[in-house]
Amino acid sequence: MDYEQFRHFADSWGLVYLVVIFVLAVLFVFRPGAKDRYERYAEIPLKKDDQA
Amino acid sequence: MINHKVIETNATLMLVLSLVVVSIGGIIEIAPLFYLENTIEKVEGMRPYTPLELVGRNIYIREGCYTCHSQMIRPFRDEVERYGHYSLAAESMYDHPFKWGSKRTGPDLARVGGRYSDEWHVQHMIAPRSLVPESIMPGYPFLARTEIREDDIALHLKANKTVGVPYTADMIKNAVSDLKAQANPDADGGEALQKRYPKTQIRDFDGNPKKITEMDALLAYLQMLRTLVDFSAYKAEDNLR
Amino acid sequence: MAAAAPMILYGLAGLAALFAAAKAHDELFAIHAWLVVLICIIAIFATARALKFGPEADDRPKEKYLDGVVRAGVVATVFWGLTGFLVGVVIAFQLSFPELNFDLPYTNFGRLRPLHTSAVIFAFGGNALICTSFYVVQRTTGARLALGNTAWFVFWGYQIFIVLAATGYLLGVTQSREYAEPEWYVDLWLTVVWVAYLAVFLGTLFNRKEPHIYVANWFYLSFIVTVAMLHIVNNLSMPVSFLGSKSYSLFSGVQDALTQWWYGHNAVGFFLTAGFLGIMYYFVPKQANRPVYSYRLSIVHFWSLIFLYIWAGPHHLHYTALPDWAQTLGMVFSIMLWMPSWGGMINGLMTLSGAWDKLRTDPIIRMMVLSLAFYGMSTFEGPVMSIKAVNSLSHYTDWTIGHVHSGTLGWVGMITFSALYFLVPRLWKQDGLYSLRLINWHFWLATLGIVLYTASMWVSGITQGLMWRAYDSLGFLEYSFAEAVAATHPMNVIRALGGVLFLLGALIMTYNLWRSARGDKRSERPMGAAMPATV
Repeated sequence: MDYEQFRHFADSWGLVYLVVIFVLAVLFVFRPGAKDRYERYAEIPLKKDDQA
Repeated sequence: MINHKVIETNATLMLVLSLVVVSIGGIIEIAPLFYLENTIEKVEGMRPYTPLELVGRNIYIREGCYTCHSQMIRPFRDEVERYGHYSLAAESMYDHPFKWGSKRTGPDLARVGGRYSDEWHVQHMIAPRSLVPESIMPGYPFLARTEIREDDIALHLKANKTVGVPYTADMIKNAVSDLKAQANPDADGGEALQKRYPKTQIRDFDGNPKKITEMDALLAYLQMLRTLVDFSAYKAEDNLR
Repeated sequence: MAAAAPMILYGLAGLAALFAAAKAHDELFAIHAWLVVLICIIAIFATARALKFGPEADDRPKEKYLDGVVRAGVVATVFWGLTGFLVGVVIAFQLSFPELNFDLPYTNFGRLRPLHTSAVIFAFGGNALICTSFYVVQRTTGARLALGNTAWFVFWGYQIFIVLAATGYLLGVTQSREYAEPEWYVDLWLTVVWVAYLAVFLGTLFNRKEPHIYVANWFYLSFIVTVAMLHIVNNLSMPVSFLGSKSYSLFSGVQDALTQWWYGHNAVGFFLTAGFLGIMYYFVPKQANRPVYSYRLSIVHFWSLIFLYIWAGPHHLHYTALPDWAQTLGMVFSIMLWMPSWGGMINGLMTLSGAWDKLRTDPIIRMMVLSLAFYGMSTFEGPVMSIKAVNSLSHYTDWTIGHVHSGTLGWVGMITFSALYFLVPRLWKQDGLYSLRLINWHFWLATLGIVLYTASMWVSGITQGLMWRAYDSLGFLEYSFAEAVAATHPMNVIRALGGVLFLLGALIMTYNLWRSARGDKRSERPMGAAMPATV
């Protein structure tokens, strides 16, 4: 495969591939089942044991 | 089920994954530059720096000239008219490190060689505003007073050879005499120097024949810029990339 | 005698440096070797003075967290910040009044400029990142810093790196790679320190009591790892002598240019962005006393930011001899970078939703909001400038300088200042700051300074870009280069004044923090209170 072909592949299928991965990742992170857990994680810095 | 929790709770895994994610872009962009043949154009005339030019280039680096001067002419009408033919990758193929620069507080220097006389440069280095009243360049009078170090030049050539500059054994062996010969038109080594490094300009650059100063070296470097590549033999259409 | 081992180590290191000084290939390397000898002697005396004899020596109750090193880091951050800002002001005036270069090697702009950039990025920014990361990782994991006193080695090792780098620039020891100027032996030393830093940070994560690793730590971790990778690859070089100060880079020309800007842009991306986002994700929720707006957004923010940033380097090389395909790739990813950047900004700003009233009463929150606003501005301006058509005008001009400073003074500076205001009362165990009103003064001086700085550089940069490409009616270039230099003189002066205001603000902060650490309280009208009636 020469460079031109490679580049053509990269800016068509390569782009689609990255977009699909991105969309899947976002959907996964925002799935409803994980809401509570993430809210708990967000509270970590606010726990009261931070003074030595 | 695959779970982001696995990553969030495993420091090593997160470390490795971050490293993988940040490696991808760099590898895809940088690695091809080393093996794609058309990255560097085919030109005639490029040669490694002479010992004196190399010393001058190191002074250019030491004084931070690159913080205000670029050496990379972009292919725009105004830049080509102001500075000369746009810069080629081939012109910096022996530059360890590259000196393209990122800022033009002063003008581009990629083709400054031969544009001004030695006398102009010496005066400009000592007192820039005596020639260009608007200039904000610092003065470098100390260059004309400081002698260069001659004894370790062969080591500099060797280090360059190690990283890929085609210095020959002959060049390394004669480095000290080549260094002295370039700043002294009356010395014997001039012809041999010219043979090893074609198009070398041999003269007493700073007008002080008694010693080889940093001014000599810097001027040898600046006056060489532009002068190597033969643009009459360069065909842009053969080097599309 | 627990102190014997380190003292022997310092002694051996000092002897090695003494040997290096004696056998040095060049004078500058010898000066640096002598400097190391001096540092070793100081270290031995300091260790000896700290020796405690008798049974009570190790009897003191141990604090839960190792905070001494964080306190030291706060002091170092303030000290190097003032130094870096001051050098910045000096070189800004040099660009306005070139006589201030004094025709000397040690004071010319070319040597001082790397001193400024390294002092603000690596000395001020680096110390801020190291000390806040040590603070945050302990609080969010419930574990003490790992590996005993290694954190102290990281702190002092890093200061030694700064001193060697800074003295090197003044003496003329430089690789001339922007933001990676220190020579090979200083780079090697930094690598050792950095590996120790990674070990401490990772070790603390391993020891955590909290099962989940809080998102601020992801940003810190990726900053540490990526900077290690960038630093090592970009600094590969061949020394002229193994006891000499000069080296030649492994790569040349076009490959070297892209390697350098891959490094250079990600010094911005990972040092000045990812690391400081770690600060943002801890200190903004703490100061607002509310959890981050969307934890899920922070996950998407993290992975997309670190994936995209690394590609953006080639936008520093538009229209150069770098092959077009690499330039295009750099441009595309730089534009995409806008999205995760604004995702992060929104996440930070929205953390304050429902608490906007605090903007009136809490100047630290106000500083954080301003910082995020500048983050948003410069991460919008960046993608715009990475478009090739825009870049053809902006590149090589002061516009770039203005852009960088809206990010560094605005985002990095302000988020660091607000973290320092948060940390000092807690670390020195005082029940509050000396003065909130002085923070307000700092806020406005700094803001005004940044506005003067960026506005003058926009005008100056666009002036340069337009004058360089202007043609007269006969088809000749209209202006000489020197005419453009003269035309931008007033903007240079305004920029320098902006820098003075920013430095003044930092001086007020220093005074405020110092009095706060002592436990003093200024008697002043509380923030947000109504003006007393003047009858």
